[in-house]
Amino acid sequence: MASRAQKTSAAVKPKGHASCNGATKASRPASAGSASAGGPALSTDQLLELYRAMLRVRILDDRMITLQRQGRIGFYGACTGQEAATLGSAYALEPTDWIFPALREASAMLLRGFPLVPYLAQVFGNSADVTKGRQMPSHQAARAVNQVSWSSCIGTQLPQAVGAAMAARLKRDRTVFMAYMGDGATSASDFHVALNFAGVFKAPVVFVCQNNHWSISMRTDQQTASESIAIKAKAYGFPGVKVDGNDVEAVYAAAKTAVDRARRGEGPTLIEAETYRMGAHSTSDDPTRYRDPKEVELWKTRDPLDRLQARLLKLKVWDARRDEALRTELLGEINAAIKEAESYGPPADETMFEDLYAEVPWNILEQREEYLEYLRRAGPAARGDHA
Amino acid sequence: MPTLNLVQAVNDALRVEMRRNPDVVVMGEDVGKFGGVFRATAGLYEEFGPERVIDTPLAESGIIGTAIGMAMYGLRPVPEIQFSDFIFPAFDQIVNELAKLRYRSGGQYAAPVVIRTPYGGGIKGGHYHSQSPEALFIHTAGLKVVSPSNPYDAKGLLLAAMRQDDPVLFFEPKRIYRAARGEVPEGDYTVELGRAKVVREGDDVTVIAWGAMLHEAERAVEQAAEKGISCELIDLRTLWPLDIDCITESARKTGRVVVVHEAARTCGLGAEICALIQERCFVHLEAPIKRVTGWDTPFPYTLENEYLPRAPRILMGIDEVAAFEA
Repeated sequence: MASRAQKTSAAVKPKGHASCNGATKASRPASAGSASAGGPALSTDQLLELYRAMLRVRILDDRMITLQRQGRIGFYGACTGQEAATLGSAYALEPTDWIFPALREASAMLLRGFPLVPYLAQVFGNSADVTKGRQMPSHQAARAVNQVSWSSCIGTQLPQAVGAAMAARLKRDRTVFMAYMGDGATSASDFHVALNFAGVFKAPVVFVCQNNHWSISMRTDQQTASESIAIKAKAYGFPGVKVDGNDVEAVYAAAKTAVDRARRGEGPTLIEAETYRMGAHSTSDDPTRYRDPKEVELWKTRDPLDRLQARLLKLKVWDARRDEALRTELLGEINAAIKEAESYGPPADETMFEDLYAEVPWNILEQREEYLEYLRRAGPAARGDHA
Repeated sequence: MPTLNLVQAVNDALRVEMRRNPDVVVMGEDVGKFGGVFRATAGLYEEFGPERVIDTPLAESGIIGTAIGMAMYGLRPVPEIQFSDFIFPAFDQIVNELAKLRYRSGGQYAAPVVIRTPYGGGIKGGHYHSQSPEALFIHTAGLKVVSPSNPYDAKGLLLAAMRQDDPVLFFEPKRIYRAARGEVPEGDYTVELGRAKVVREGDDVTVIAWGAMLHEAERAVEQAAEKGISCELIDLRTLWPLDIDCITESARKTGRVVVVHEAARTCGLGAEICALIQERCFVHLEAPIKRVTGWDTPFPYTLENEYLPRAPRILMGIDEVAAFEA
């Protein structure tokens, strides 16, 4: 099991430097039924819970891609192939901890109890969406589960997570902050800025880089000449851990170690979860133009869901019959939720002018009136396609 | 009542609010032990300690990015950008994150960050210690933009900014940090955001200015008065959302308007003010609205006084507008 979490910043560990201890610990994750010691392990029930959560996201993403192809939603960024990295890391958090997501971590909200219908309403951008249809699909956010709103700008959430972490420490709260990014984000200036600030201020933040090998059409070796992403943490003075991102137990162990460390006030960790983007970057691109299908085939054999299923079968806590029943149940739940979520109309006209400031300034009041007057006068011609 | 200069008034406002509200933190480059390159945060580190007066690494996007996170979590961060010329590494954080956070989250998250930054020319600062980038932020929905011209307003506006719930760009006219002196009440008071001030009433020409240029405009208006031109001088104070009623009322009265600003003319705030006045006061106008501004060039080092719209050029603008006959 020790090989699950791969080489860590130990590779660049200077003699006698104590700050690598966290990395060393995280490199030896244990798992259910494993004899190996030194890392947090998941119980059988927890593995079953994660399997259910991962399968739910897999089915959900498949359905959303279909809906997009049918023209029922405008865009989708799936997490397919990355369910272990996303959910295994988020599983290490307490409900009071905060998540600063990137494109492929919206489903952490579901793991943390956010209901499916409003979650899907965001994809439809309609009146049941708590963010009022203002952003593209796959940009869910909900204060109720401490999942912060992401823009679409790469890496900008990272310094924000550090600031929130600094604030929590100032307020003597024990909140931990998990900030996600893809491998492409490690090229952005805010990556450097965030890790540098986090190191200087010892902020209780866990950076999780989902290295899925592709940033749209760009390979990771086109993003960085570094031997790994985890190793970069060394330069900022805190541990970096590279972990098999398709092994949910390894991801959890690394994340839990990092979260505990942050909560103890020992500062940040960078986790590089090596995984693979099985689908396109989003519904807007065609990956066959830039990557070898053989690579995809290879990663299919490392599928995180298949691996967890195999593990559960081996533990004899799962079988084909239960698996089939669960798939049927989840598909039914998701289809029912889609039906309900899709039934809501677009956000009310005047909501376009809400939530800009705490109080509405005169120009917005005027423009709201102008718009409502336009709707009254132009009638159906004023409406977009969604009406 | 003590007499303070503008930077002392800023310092006083920060101290008053930090004493009143433990969630207020000051952060930026050299703001801690050193007290800021202009001394705006002097003494705060000693009184409030390193946790609330935070010396940050040298990265503007980090300063604003972390301030956004702090504000989301419930603090009231007041980051300083050492010179507004250096705000651009944080432009993405301000324009795409700070300004849009409340809106894009459907009102679930807000970030009441007050960004203080010295701006403007006339201190031999060349291209990169002289710019006036206010219009770039006014163009972005979701931000408020403030610029005081005197110590009383600086303190009152900054206190008001730190107590409301939206992000504010607080542009401090560094050229008059020490030159602008005046009586400033001790302790607590606020100057409401969104309200301009009629500094001087007049009937013939409305002159609108803010920040350091208010004082140049004041000189021009005095000289115009000697020539028999009665000017109404408006100190805008809050650049956005601006006091539309004050502007239109004066424009309707005089029918002749001059707008003064240091920033380059094209797409400057003056352009917006001209548009707003012609939309609302068209039948009252008796002359084209005149913009007396910085030129559409980068801010030059040697010829800075020729770049700035100083009193003689403003006076020429007033003369031109006053003399116009259709």
